[in-house]
Amino acid sequence: MKRFRFNQQEIVFAVFALLFLVFSIFLNGFLTAENMLTLLQNVAVLGILGLAMAIVVIGRGIDISLIAALAVPPGLVLQMVQNGHSLPFSLLIAVLLTIAFGLVNGWLIAYAEVPSLFATLATGLLLAGLGQAALFQLDVVQWSPAMDGFERLGQGTILGIPTSIVMFAIACIVVAFLLRQTRWGAYIYAIGDNPYAARVTGIPSRPIIVLQYVIASLIGCFAGLVMAASVNSMPTRVFNSTLIYDVILVVVLGGIGLSGGRGGVLNVIIGTLLIGTMLNGMTIMDISYAGQNLIKGVVLLLAVITDSFLNPRNEETAQQGDI
Amino acid sequence: MRDTITSLRYRYWPDHLLGEILSKRWTETAIPVILLLIVGFAFSRSIDNFLSPASLADTARQAGEIGFIALGLALVVIVGGIDLSVGSIFALTDFCALYLLDVAGWPVPAVVVATLLCGALLGAVNGILVGYLRLRAFITTLITLIIYRSAYDLLIQRYSNAIASAFPDIPSWDFIGAGSVLGVPTVALAYIVIAIFGHIFMTRLRPGWHITAIGGSRRSAYNSGIPVRRTIALCYVASGALTSIGALFFASRLGTVGGDIGVGLEVIVLTATVLGGITLGGGKGSVAKSAVGVLIVLLITNGLTTMNARGGVNRMALAGILLVAAMVDIRWQKNRTRIISKVYVAPTYHELPPPPPTEIGQGGPFEQNDKLRDVEAIGLGRIEAPEDVILDRHDNLYAGSRHGDIMRFLAPDYQKMEVFAHIGGQPLGMAFDREDNLYVCIGGMGLYRIKPDGTVEKATDETNRSLRSVNDDSRLRLADDLDITDDGLIFFSEATVRYEMDEWPIDGLEARGNGRIISYDTKTGTTRTELRGLKFPNGICVASDGQSILFAETFGCSIKRYWFAGPKKGAVGVVMDNLPGYPDNINLASDGNYWLALVGMRSPSLDLAWKMPGFRRRMAKRVPVDEWLFPNINTGCVVKFNEQGKIVESFWDLHGENHPMITSMREHRGYLYLGGILNNRIGRYKLDNADPNFVQYDKRWGKQS
Repeated sequence: MKRFRFNQQEIVFAVFALLFLVFSIFLNGFLTAENMLTLLQNVAVLGILGLAMAIVVIGRGIDISLIAALAVPPGLVLQMVQNGHSLPFSLLIAVLLTIAFGLVNGWLIAYAEVPSLFATLATGLLLAGLGQAALFQLDVVQWSPAMDGFERLGQGTILGIPTSIVMFAIACIVVAFLLRQTRWGAYIYAIGDNPYAARVTGIPSRPIIVLQYVIASLIGCFAGLVMAASVNSMPTRVFNSTLIYDVILVVVLGGIGLSGGRGGVLNVIIGTLLIGTMLNGMTIMDISYAGQNLIKGVVLLLAVITDSFLNPRNEETAQQGDI
Repeated sequence: MRDTITSLRYRYWPDHLLGEILSKRWTETAIPVILLLIVGFAFSRSIDNFLSPASLADTARQAGEIGFIALGLALVVIVGGIDLSVGSIFALTDFCALYLLDVAGWPVPAVVVATLLCGALLGAVNGILVGYLRLRAFITTLITLIIYRSAYDLLIQRYSNAIASAFPDIPSWDFIGAGSVLGVPTVALAYIVIAIFGHIFMTRLRPGWHITAIGGSRRSAYNSGIPVRRTIALCYVASGALTSIGALFFASRLGTVGGDIGVGLEVIVLTATVLGGITLGGGKGSVAKSAVGVLIVLLITNGLTTMNARGGVNRMALAGILLVAAMVDIRWQKNRTRIISKVYVAPTYHELPPPPPTEIGQGGPFEQNDKLRDVEAIGLGRIEAPEDVILDRHDNLYAGSRHGDIMRFLAPDYQKMEVFAHIGGQPLGMAFDREDNLYVCIGGMGLYRIKPDGTVEKATDETNRSLRSVNDDSRLRLADDLDITDDGLIFFSEATVRYEMDEWPIDGLEARGNGRIISYDTKTGTTRTELRGLKFPNGICVASDGQSILFAETFGCSIKRYWFAGPKKGAVGVVMDNLPGYPDNINLASDGNYWLALVGMRSPSLDLAWKMPGFRRRMAKRVPVDEWLFPNINTGCVVKFNEQGKIVESFWDLHGENHPMITSMREHRGYLYLGGILNNRIGRYKLDNADPNFVQYDKRWGKQS
């Protein structure tokens, strides 16, 4: 039987190649240099977020609050600079806010033992509400002249490659290093594979879980900065969008099982490429926003169903109430 | 002085109530209810007209609509899942109702039925995915949330104008939305009806129990034959249908299909559910909790809206409440038993004067001797834990055993042992009635009757519930010893109403009057509590006057008399107090005096500790149970006392070789038979100068064998 079974990674990559080919042939304006640039730029932010999600999902969690981390701290940077603070100071405050947010998430999940989906759903709302109520004056935080130079984080090219892609690449390398080369990364895999066994072996599982969420929030914030730099503003209403589902889609389609302990950076890259191509193709086909969501939802559902067959939940370690 | 203050403080301050209240199931509903009252009070003070009839009716309409959705979610959460797609199902079914009514022109009943079907169908998708395909509920319903929402967005792009331009004028439709009966809005009425049904469904009907069972432990539910997958799927269907009921009322009230209908609804409903105290992960929850949660959330959001709070504040408030409620709930569920076991033990002040001496050479009636050293052992190693022993008119010997049997040793040599009757609980005190039925007190079960042929019947296992007790004291937890009056009235003691049979030493640590004396009338079959607040009442014996009983208070170290008939009826008097040990069973002696077993001897350390309730409470909280200071029951003696409460004679096994531990003794034809709850034998001691024909009940009732 073994030889008939394809690796999920390979299947997804094949689908991506096929989709890319079909779009290139049948869609006008798909295979243009300009469109490729847009595609890659859109994909970059999604990919960075996917990395953040991947870390958490490998540790058998999920972080729905990523979009809040993407929107609020970078929005805060823009707002503070607009209000006359210096850029480094604003960045510092934003990073501190992000770390605090990650700590709250991690504490809730690791120490208060609130299910991760539930905890991050609520903290995401909390942070977004905070931004809406106390931090921002407008829904879209505008770029201010004092920020000039910072937009190079998301615009322009480095050695002929669009900067956002470079940022994605850098993030990939950092996360890959963390997951594959450090002891903490190994711990994350161990916790995702079997939290109880990990704990029994003496892995400091609670601090590691907190670390996961702090890193995820930081990466989310980084993605937000890249996004803000590339569009010269921070549309904070992005929190209300379905971006988070795209992120989950990237992770699940890429082959990082939701039951934890599996996958890596490569899966995120493949997932990102597939989703990016799909979204771009649908945009070119002029499918309405709602229609796109419908298609994405159905694909995600199929992906989750497939995932549950390929990576069935471990009944031994699946907790009662693990919803 | 200090002791007096301590004694008053422990006498009047009900320490024991905290643990009893916490161990009640309803405390988990009581907390949200209190929260609701606080929220309601706070807003009614800070906002004018917050509780005016108009405002209340408006709140009731919203509460009804959201309440239906919350009921559905409660069902899903109790079964162990979650349904985030309710907001989108709400929007879609709202659209369905309005489209069918305004555009397709269907009659109202058909619209209602079709909308319900639509909701059930949308729920069924979730049900199949989560129930049968066993996907994760959270992620799956999150995805269906998106799919349904985008379907709704696509639909209203096409039809919103058609719906907005229609103004249906159908009285029955308007009645659904805006009507009221006796001032109560229709939706609230419908909600009440369904909520009552839901309550009955969850607490009294089999499917409701199945749902709770699956939420409590999916695997156990499966193993006990419950159709787990189908039940889970049906819960999601029900959730969809209930959501569509809410949507129906909403549609008939407002008649719009705006883009933001149902957006974020799932968070509101989820907050309500968790806030009401329905445990995430399943197994616990009720309709009342759901309703209370909805009311709290609505009051808060409406209050904030009235106070012109920004959208973000509302969002933060909801998310914050949600988190705090979830956290409290999760911590509470995890630590509940630990917290209760820490606060349940509530020691009280108990002072005893220095005990009379027992040492050899000190004199006094309790002076130790070695009379029991040479008792004969019956059933050595073959019987376990004979708490009480009794002999019938044919000299056969009966004793209880730890395995829940009544064993019978056959006369004359008591070598042959057989199971006389199997009961299932540990037999304690025993007594024969006039018809040779054996009445037995069974720890944890109550009072049982065994006919001469060995058939076991329950006599009673409950008494009247006292109104002031928080613990349900109608059940008999630890019926202990009994005796039967000449009129067929059985008096039996219940040692404690706060602890189970296996926890009886903890009651000694508490030293509170937790026990009682109960009577059972064999003629009418009625059970009645006679005396309360006794410190571990134990042995009972009908006194020779036939109008009173003598009973032992084990941890009160005293023997008391209770008149159940005659001129002093109802009075209680002390016969002996300040015994040097803990008295157990009392039985009649052939010379008209009484035998009394002292199950254990007092020790200065526990006597001191009994005067220090705070010390014992700290011990109960900080030290593991097996290291607590308990009453000692490893050695004791038998004494004989007379009607006036004077000790006549005492019997000891000084070196603890043969029969040091005694809970009961029975005189029969010149011998004293000894039982002990920790023993593996029954002792038989030859009495000097005793009536060789004495048979306890025959003497009392004048029968001859």
